[in-house]
Amino acid sequence: MMLHTVNKSPFEKNSLNSCLNCAAEGSTILLIEDGVYGALKGSSIADKVQAAMGKVTVCALGPDLAARGIADKVIDGIKVVDYAGFVALSVENDKVQAWL
Amino acid sequence: MSDTKKFLYVNRKAPYGTIYALESLEVVLIGAAFEQDVQLLFMDDGVFQIAKGQDTKGIENKNFSPTYTALGDYEITKMYVSQESLDERGLTIDDLMPLTYEDEDDDWAEKSSIIVVNNAEIAALMEEQDVVLSF
Repeated sequence: MMLHTVNKSPFEKNSLNSCLNCAAEGSTILLIEDGVYGALKGSSIADKVQAAMGKVTVCALGPDLAARGIADKVIDGIKVVDYAGFVALSVENDKVQAWL
Repeated sequence: MSDTKKFLYVNRKAPYGTIYALESLEVVLIGAAFEQDVQLLFMDDGVFQIAKGQDTKGIENKNFSPTYTALGDYEITKMYVSQESLDERGLTIDDLMPLTYEDEDDDWAEKSSIIVVNNAEIAALMEEQDVVLSF
């Protein structure tokens, strides 16, 4: 299984868009750093993220959400993880694709 | 002195992911220290710089967002925010920190510094400046 990380804002770079287009069914996407803006409820990309959640698991790094003041504005169903959760995801998946 | 110029600082980057937001703030404070007519514009991901409730303990970064709330004391009283950028991100003005100043011409009444503008107003705003600094 593959872990995809996205660390760029979806409003500035197409990293999340490409990731959503290319992530295989059953894989996990972890939003980190400015990538956590992809977890924002009600944004212009939220529908696409929500649609993808049928086939992939979407997670977001809690400390990065909190830093940006959006911890309480996350799309329902996105799993919020801490740094230990990030490590666990890296270990559980045999490959990591970082969408920079 | 008559060498006061109109400065517009255009902030288009999210905080923390890159250094732009913090660097802009440093230069804003320098502009204010030299008693220039300083205005800030937050558009695109720059609107996230003034998002309410930022808590950076978990990422061990300095939370510089409270500094924006102090800019009123430096006579920076106009903080323009792009309506289109808020809309694209599912945000409203209620998701932003309250930014205020005390109006010396109105018995020091506390007033909001935030002015929501559309793209046409941003175009006009840029046209009327002497200096535009981009971050």
